[in-house]
Amino acid sequence: MCLAVPAKVVSLEGEKALVELGGIVHQADTRLVPEVKVGDYVLLHAGFAIESLDEGEALETLRLLEELVKAEVA
Amino acid sequence: MSFVEELRLPDLVRPFIRKIASYEGPPIHIMEVCGTHTVAIFRHGLKGLLPPAVKLLSGPGCPVCVTPNEVIDRAIALAAVPGHILVTFGDMMKVPGSYSSLAQAKAEGADVRVVYSPLESIQLARENRSKIVIFFGVGFETTAPTTAACLVEARSASLRNYFFLSAHKLVPPAIGALLTSGDVHVDGLICPGHVSAIIGSKPYEFIARDHGIGCVVTGFEPVDILQALSLLVEMRTSGRPSVVIGYRRAVRPEGNVKAQELMRTVFSVGSSVWRGIGEIPGTGLSLSDEYEGFCATRHLDVKLRPVREAAGCSCGEILRGVKSPPECRLFGTACTPEYPVGPCMVSTEGTCAAWYRYSPSTGAGSGGSSERGA
Repeated sequence: MCLAVPAKVVSLEGEKALVELGGIVHQADTRLVPEVKVGDYVLLHAGFAIESLDEGEALETLRLLEELVKAEVA
Repeated sequence: MSFVEELRLPDLVRPFIRKIASYEGPPIHIMEVCGTHTVAIFRHGLKGLLPPAVKLLSGPGCPVCVTPNEVIDRAIALAAVPGHILVTFGDMMKVPGSYSSLAQAKAEGADVRVVYSPLESIQLARENRSKIVIFFGVGFETTAPTTAACLVEARSASLRNYFFLSAHKLVPPAIGALLTSGDVHVDGLICPGHVSAIIGSKPYEFIARDHGIGCVVTGFEPVDILQALSLLVEMRTSGRPSVVIGYRRAVRPEGNVKAQELMRTVFSVGSSVWRGIGEIPGTGLSLSDEYEGFCATRHLDVKLRPVREAAGCSCGEILRGVKSPPECRLFGTACTPEYPVGPCMVSTEGTCAAWYRYSPSTGAGSGGSSERGA
C-alpha cells in the first residue's frame, strides 16, 4: 500500500500538477511538496506528490555504484 | 535521469550479490518491514541470490493486513446504513471482517466507492450533500498526510456530511514493540522507503541504539534492496549497528516536514490494535480535538456484532515474522487470492499473496525460493 512511483511534473497550476508516468499523464496534488517545479520528479502516491526526488543524490548514488562495479572488475 | 532505468543495469547489482554470497558466519535474520519490499523481493527473485545463512523475514508492514476485524466490521456496518456512502481504497474491499467484507456488503446493496486518491472522497461529499460520506482511511505514514490534507479541506469547506474512519498506523513504535516482544529474532531491518520519505530516518535511531539492530532505509529497485542487505550483513559482522539511508534520492534525515506538520494538525497519537500483535501504544492516529467533529466512530452510531477471527488462519503469526505462509495449514488450499481467508492473502502486498504468486509450488515460479523450500 505504500507503493509510490517516480513521476515527472509536466505542468503546474497552483497545487494541481500534471505528472508523466511511463508516457501517461496523471493528476497530482502538490500541497505536500510546495517547492516543486515543472521538470522535477516527484514520488506519486494516492494522487499526491509525497516527496520530490533529488537528482543530485540519485546521480551520486549511481556514481558510487559504478565505482563499486569498476573496483570489482579491476 | 528517470530514477528507474538507470538503476536497473544488471552490472550494478553484481558487487552486492558477490559480497552477500561470500558471507559464511552464523545465520543472520533480516526483516523487511514493508509489504512493498516483500513484493519487490519476490518479484525480482532476490531470495534465490542469498546464501543459506542470510534469511529474510517479512514483517508487519502491510497496513491492510494489520487492520483488525473490529475496524473492518465497523466500516461494513457504516456502509450498510441507508444514506451512507463509504469511500475507501481498493485494497480494503475483499478483506474479510468477522462476518463479511466491504465487497460483499456492496454486492448486498451498500453504497461503497473505491477511490485512488482520498481527494475523491471530498468531491463525493460535495456532490452528495444529502448523504453522509465516510472516508475509511487506511495506511502508514506514507498515506496519512494525504488523508490529513482531505480533512483540512473538509474543514475549510465546512462539509457537514463528511466523516472519517481512521485505520492509520505508525510504523517505528510497532517495530519497537515487535523487537521487545522477543517473539522473533531479528539481526537487521530493511526499513520502509516511502514511510521514511515522510518521517525521515531519525525515528529508527532507538532501534540501533537500544536493540543493537542495524537499520537501512532503502528503495524498491533490486540494487537498492541488495545494497541494504549487503550493508546489514556488514553491520552484523562488524558489530556496529547504525541507521543508514540507502534511498537518498527520496529520503532526507528529517523527512517531509510539511507532511509531518499536516499530520500533527489533524491527528493525535494514541494506542492502536494491530492484527496478530495486539494493542501497541503510540501507533494509532485518531483525529485531534480540532478535527474530532469528523470522527465517524464517535458521531455515527452503528450496532456491531461480537468480533470473531477466522479459524485456522495464521495471519497473526505471519505478521510477526514467527511463521512463513507455507506453515499455515490453510495456505494455498482453503486460502487463496481468489478466496482469501485472512488479510495477508487479500492485499497484493500481503506476505501470503506474495508467496502464493511467486513461489514455485503455487504461483508463477519466478524466483522466491525459500529457506523452508516451499
